[in-house]
Amino acid sequence: MTATVKRRALAVVATLALAGLALAPSARAQQVVADLSRHLVGITTGFVGTEVLLFGATEGEGDVIVVVRGPDRRETVRRKARVGGIWVNTDEVAFPAAPSFYAVAASGPVGEIVSPRILWRHRIGTENLELRPVRPLDASDLAAFRDGLLRNKVRQGLYHDKPGRVTFLGNRLFRANLYFPANVPTGTYTVEVLLARQGQIVSAQTTPLLISKIGIGAEVYRFAHENSVFYGIFAIVMALAAGWIAGVIFRKG
Amino acid sequence: MLRRRRDVKRMQVYLPIAGISVNALLILGMGGLVGFMSGLFGVGGGFLITPLLIVTGISPAVAVATGANQVVASSASAVLAHWRRGNVDFKMGAVLLLGGLAGSGAGVALYTWLRAAGNLDTAVAIAYVLLLGTVGGMMLVESARTMLRRARPTARRKLHQHTWLHGLPLKARFPRSRLYISVLLPFAIGLGVGVLTAIMGVGGGFIMVPAMIYLLGMPTGVAMGTSLFQIIFVTANVTFLQSVGNQTVDVVLAALLLAGGVVGAQFGSRLAWRLRGEQLRGLLALIVLAVGLEISVDLVAKPSDLFSIAGAPGGE
Repeated sequence: MTATVKRRALAVVATLALAGLALAPSARAQQVVADLSRHLVGITTGFVGTEVLLFGATEGEGDVIVVVRGPDRRETVRRKARVGGIWVNTDEVAFPAAPSFYAVAASGPVGEIVSPRILWRHRIGTENLELRPVRPLDASDLAAFRDGLLRNKVRQGLYHDKPGRVTFLGNRLFRANLYFPANVPTGTYTVEVLLARQGQIVSAQTTPLLISKIGIGAEVYRFAHENSVFYGIFAIVMALAAGWIAGVIFRKG
Repeated sequence: MLRRRRDVKRMQVYLPIAGISVNALLILGMGGLVGFMSGLFGVGGGFLITPLLIVTGISPAVAVATGANQVVASSASAVLAHWRRGNVDFKMGAVLLLGGLAGSGAGVALYTWLRAAGNLDTAVAIAYVLLLGTVGGMMLVESARTMLRRARPTARRKLHQHTWLHGLPLKARFPRSRLYISVLLPFAIGLGVGVLTAIMGVGGGFIMVPAMIYLLGMPTGVAMGTSLFQIIFVTANVTFLQSVGNQTVDVVLAALLLAGGVVGAQFGSRLAWRLRGEQLRGLLALIVLAVGLEISVDLVAKPSDLFSIAGAPGGE
């Protein structure tokens, strides 16, 4: 009995010591801290897009790069070609894990803050997004479909192809306004704050941001998905009632 | 990220199913326009509302399903106005509806088969262009001839021509339409339009009305009222199936559309009584041709971006 207790106590002490060793350097390396003005963006009936303030501080000088990513989802890209004089979809490629939203902000031109290799490694900028198609494609086709996806996402306002700005107040405090348009997809977003010094990323912090439908909009959405039979009947009854009411009003008028 | 878009913040409403926000006044206006057409021509207007909604950034799936819901309302509004004028042949409507239900069942099967064969969109668009071009062209020629004939006083025209179609069995009287024809005829028309409805996602009024006028020989006004009566059931069915199957009916969008639509429909049906049959047919022919032309331009013109993303933005 006592032997087991002793062994257990030893194991706990060892674990704590190891954890302490592991934590100590990372705590020292935490040279950037940042937070959002809110961690929940509620999409209400009057939602027209919103801004979330990101603010933080760095230990010592450096540049800050912020990467905002929406939840990954499958995107199917179609290509049209001319067949017998008319334009038809002739080819399609699915990307199983494309971010539903993507934006970057930085305190300076990202290309001058860090090297292209580091931009690639940290997936900074739409050109560095990891987009793998479901089936193997040759290089030119892959580039064409990839660009097609990016172009469409930029047009929808869901990818920002040019970085936004992170502004420093003094040389330690920084802030950035993150803009989310009205058609922003719902889900859990990640806001990654990177601190760069002498061309290297020296510290990073990731903060979650939840975007979800709330209020009447959320109720309608839930009604439509969880009770779709009654939702359908409700929609029809509403339409018939509106038509009938208009008919009655106009007969008198 | 800092660049804030210059949204018109007033009157913006977030659509929970479509996942975007739209200008409420714009949607009310669209509903009003389509409702007006609905009352004037006895067509549902699904072929108009869907492209209009897509232009505002609503995904095609939501546009088709919600458009059907709005057409229920504007048809109901317009049919009341027509009914008071005695322009609804309920017996004829019932036969058309039976055909329509059978046809849409067959149409769904055909849809699935075409989709498996690939390039459904193109097949539908080509079918559309051919159909709209033929129907619109024939109507335009006929109504122009009638207008010219009216200008010169001539002998009274026969109510309708007698053809082999009138020799079919199962004849029945349709007093409202002043017809004594085989029930197989309206049933077949309902069936054909039902197939189209399932494939193209439209009520089919703009094909149904010409078919009733020219193939059955119904008076223009009664054809319109009866078409509207029939469309209510077809679009209610579509609304229900889309709600249950795809959850693509946005009731907030539908409420905005139909508020405009029911009012527009009343004005439309009022104007319809002021115009003569051939004037109405001529106008409808022009619109049918315009829609056909627009679809063929889309088919032939080079798209601004050859690549597109499939599926709806803003969903879960």
